Formats: sequence, structure tokens, C-alpha cells
Amino acid sequence: MWTVIVQIFPYAIAFTIPLLITALGGLFSERSGVVNIGLEGLMVIGFFASALVISKLELALPDIAIGLGLLAAFIAGALFSLLHAFACISLNANQVISGTAINMIAGALTVFLARNMTGSGNILIIHGLVRSNVPLLCKIPVVGRLIFTQTYATTWLVLAILLVSWFLLYKTSFGLRLRACGEHPQAADSAGINVYRMRYIAVMVSGAFAGLGGAIILVTYSGEFTGTVSGLGFLALAALIFGQWKPLGILGATFFFGFASTIANVSQVIPALSRIPGILLKNFPYIITLAVLVLSSKYSQAPRAVGEPYDKAKR
Amino acid sequence: MKRVFGKSFITALVAVLLGLLAGAVLMVFIGANPFSGYLYLFRGGLMTIERVGNTLATATPLILTGLSVAFAFRTGLFNIGAAGQMLIGGLCATAVGLTLVLPKPLLLTVMVAAAILGGAVWGLVPGLLKAKFNVHEVVATIMMNWISYWTVYYVVPAYFKGAYLETESRKISEAASLKVEWLTGLFGGSYINLGLFLALISVIVIAFIIDRTIFGYELKAVGFNRHASEYAGIKANRSIIMSMMIAGAMAGLGGATFYVGYASNIQIGVLPTQGFDGIAVSLLGGNSPWGVFGAAVFFGMLHSGKGFMNAMTRIPPEIADTIIATIIYFSATSILIERNWDKLKKRAGGAK
Repeated sequence: MWTVIVQIFPYAIAFTIPLLITALGGLFSERSGVVNIGLEGLMVIGFFASALVISKLELALPDIAIGLGLLAAFIAGALFSLLHAFACISLNANQVISGTAINMIAGALTVFLARNMTGSGNILIIHGLVRSNVPLLCKIPVVGRLIFTQTYATTWLVLAILLVSWFLLYKTSFGLRLRACGEHPQAADSAGINVYRMRYIAVMVSGAFAGLGGAIILVTYSGEFTGTVSGLGFLALAALIFGQWKPLGILGATFFFGFASTIANVSQVIPALSRIPGILLKNFPYIITLAVLVLSSKYSQAPRAVGEPYDKAKR
Repeated sequence: MKRVFGKSFITALVAVLLGLLAGAVLMVFIGANPFSGYLYLFRGGLMTIERVGNTLATATPLILTGLSVAFAFRTGLFNIGAAGQMLIGGLCATAVGLTLVLPKPLLLTVMVAAAILGGAVWGLVPGLLKAKFNVHEVVATIMMNWISYWTVYYVVPAYFKGAYLETESRKISEAASLKVEWLTGLFGGSYINLGLFLALISVIVIAFIIDRTIFGYELKAVGFNRHASEYAGIKANRSIIMSMMIAGAMAGLGGATFYVGYASNIQIGVLPTQGFDGIAVSLLGGNSPWGVFGAAVFFGMLHSGKGFMNAMTRIPPEIADTIIATIIYFSATSILIERNWDKLKKRAGGAK
């Protein structure tokens, strides 16, 4: 069993990281009071932007093409999320509907553009990121073998972002203000915080992170833009709730999804698991999520004002 | 009549025009001529009696998923799970169609009933979770979408495997298809099928429930204010569960019209896009049954015309999806349109 875990661990991590960064983006948005169901579409935007940039540049600038691709996805996600921010914050639109529109626009527009470029609607990149061992740390027994061998640089980038996000949200006045906007925007406003500005920033962060998540899918395990991230954005949203709107909770929830999905994917080749019907293994993460939501609904830590447009006149 | 041409109709119209405009901008952006693009798009949807039939056949599942979303909306619930409900409905209908041997009218009745039942169960679960445990229906229905996706993924190859491909079911027999000879013949061999009539009946029934019954009134009251309606003696929990069940049933029926009407087998590994387009249909239709009908036929035309346009002009067919998505965004931000409309009206009033 141990060898199996060691074998599938890198895959589980590879699957977890895009989910984690996207759910973290969702955390910023929802903590500021804006539901962002458009994470799925924003991931697709990042997926597309990075594929576009990397495929155009990788021959000319082989050393930095991937970095530029990630950056492009980050920026494209942030810019595209402005559509959502404008609708939800400035126009008091229904946040779920606006998010759905974001998903639909992103899915259709990127394939439209990709098809116009390549004909097939897919964009292939030649080189993705290369896995490497972390020097020194990979020599640690057990842990070194599990965590520090065969890792992607993006994994460490995302974990660093996780740490920074936790620090920002809980240890700085910016974070306190942002959370206040999601709990009681009227009170935040009366304390002199610009609720609209805070929410704009938060939604743009969510877009940027989700875009990065899409790009990470491309440079780690996909290697090709295919027009869809097959529900990972929605799964990130579920992980956000499963993790009770807390950075560490999200880490746990996304890792659970990553691990469960990987087990389901490789179950056929592992004797101990191949006896369990695939239908159960594949559905396992979703059923568990529903069960956890049922159990935790009494103690839900959801931001109080999430989903409500901020209306200055309301008390 | 006044309500039909009220504010919501005008915002919908403006949203459609803006969406078409955005599509035109995109066509120009890729170096195509938007006028010929739209000409071929509309001709592709309406040129011959056969194409009109295909437009209606494409619109049929959209009418039903649109009704599904709209009905839940009236109770203040966002049913993003129409895709999963539709898929499971399709699976139930296909399973019955491939298993039972009965005379056509009887077989179709059982198949449609199975689809409605499957969809209703898929709607019941999020409804129960929402009413009893306050689990947000958006997350619950998304989870249910994936559960139906994987269920179909494993059930179809295991029990109904196709003759050549692992990824689809066997074809249903002629007796199990909602297509009937006289209707296909009437529309020059198109995909049109009895599902259209089922959809029309559903529109009428749902309109009746919402506008003419106490049950519908209670649903709407819960949608406006759950606590106030509870205070007035309405069982809000029961309304939520019933509403999600009926919404699921509509989408399930939509699955039957698609998988055993428009198509004749079920594919694995695909969540039907009609489920998500249903949100668009409902929104553009102002959540009213007849509005849903109109919006579905319009979107059906865009979808059935895009292939012809792609063949004639090389504009990628995804333009139709882009236009629909843009229309939804403009519907969501309709307050902008309303504000400007009011301003315009005032100015016109002042000029007098």
C-alpha cells in the first residue's frame, strides 16, 4: 500500500494545486461578499491565455515562455473578472447569474478564438514544466520521498501564495477590512472603508488566481488547451465551502479532492482498489461533499453578507 | 397583453440586440463579414421547412430545461443542475426503451414517465438538502450534475453498450423513438419529434400552476420572502422540495426529448449543454413560461443555423454560444438598460 501511495502522490498533488489556487481566489471574493461562480470560466480564460502566449513564444524564448504564460493567465483572469465585478458590485446584478454568464462567455469565446487560430479549437504547447527534486530536502526519509521529489515549481509557487494569502487576510488591516466587507458592509462603510473598492480588488484577485489555476493545468498535466477545465472551477467552489472559507480548510478540502480523484483514476491498476466499482470511486468525492455540507450546515462559517449586493441606503 | 410588451420584454429585446452586436464585432475581429455571417446564420435556421423543423427540434429540450430553471427561480432557487437532471432523464428513458418490448404508444408513455421520475429524483435531493439542512442548492445541484455524469459513464457501457463504440449506448428501436413518420414527413425529414408537443403541454401546465393555483401562489410567496410566507402559514420547506422536484421533472423530460427524440442513443462523458443553456433561456424569457418558449425557439434557431453559417463563411460555430452567453450577461446587467431606458423616456417626455 505504501508504494502505491508513494506512486500516486505526485499525481494527487498535481491535481490538487490548480484546485487550491482557484479556491483561494474564491476565498478572497467570497470573504469580501461576492459569490464568484464564474471561477470555472476564469480558469478557462487563464488556460487559454497561457496556451496562446506559450505556443507563440516557446520557440523564440524557450527559457521564459512558461513564466510569461503564467503571468499572462494571471493578468487575463484579473481583467476578465472585471466583467463580473462590474455587474455584481456596480450594477447590483444577481451574482450567481453574472457568474454563470462569465462561465458561458469564457467557454464559448476562447474556443471561438482558438478555432479561428488553429482550426481544431485546441492549442498544443511543446514543452510543459519539468518535474524536479527539491535539493537537500528530498533526502529526508519518508517525507522527502513523498513531498520533495518530482515536484513542479508551480506547486511551491501556489503554496507560497497560500501562505501570503493567509497572512494578508488575517494579519493585516487590509485583510480585516476585506473580511468586514463580507460580514457587514454597512458597518465597514461607516468605519470609512470603501466597500466597492474592496470588493473590486477581491474579485480581481479571484480572477487572477483562477486564471493562474487554469495555466497550471496547462503547464503541468494537460499540455494542450482543450476549451474546458471539466468542472474543476465548480469543484474549487465546493472545496471553498467544504473548507469553511478558511485557507487551511481549503488546503485540506482540495487535497481531499485531489487524492480522491487520483485514486479513482488509477484504481484499475491497483489490485486493492480494482475490486471497488468505478462508479462508487468516481462519485465518492461528490457524495462526501454533500454529506459534509449536511453535517456542517449547522455551524456554517459562511461570510454573513456573501451574495448580497451592497446597498448604501440599507441598514 | 400589456405585460408581454412591458419593461421585461424591452430589456430582453435590447439584450438580444446587444448580444447580436457583440457577435458582429467578433466576426469583424476575425475578418469576416457580419452581414453575410448573420444572413447565413438565420438562413441556416429557417431557410427550408426541414430547417424550421430542426430549429424546433433543437428548441424542444431548451424549452424544458428553461422551464426547469424558471420554475425553481420563482421559488427563489437557482437550479444549475438542469444538465444532470436532463442526463439522468435521458438515461432512464433510454434504459426503458432498450429493455421493454411494448406497443409504441404504451412504450413511449412508460419511457417519458421514467424520464420525468428520474429528473424529479435528481431535483428532489437538492430540494431536501436545502429545506432540511440549508445546504445551498447551487453547490448541491453541481454535485448532482457530476454524480449523474459518472453514473451514465459507468451504467451505459455496462448494460447498454453500443455495437461499435464503448462511449455510447445501443440505438433505440423505431418503436422507442419520439420521432413519428407523419411529423418527420411533414417537415421534410427533420429531427422534429413528439417532444415538441410534450414541451408545449409543459409550458401550458407550468403557466397554469404558477398563475392560477394556490400551490403556485405559495411557491412564488416563498420565492419573494421565505420567512414572511412561513409567518403567513405557508409550509416553505414543502414548497422548496416540491419546486425542485418539478424543476427536475421538467429537465428530465427534456432529457427524454433529446436522447430518445432528437438523438437515438446516449453518449457517455458529456454533460448536455442544454442544461446550462436553460439558464440563459429562463433569464431571457423573464422566468415566465411563454417567455421561456420564445427564448428557446430563438436560441434553437441560433444553434441549428450555426452549422450552415460555418460551412458557408468559415466563422467558427462557437459564435452562437458566444452570442447566447453575451445576451445572458446583458440580461444580468439589465438594470443598466432599464436606467437608460427610463432616462430616455424622461428626455422624450421633456421634449414634448
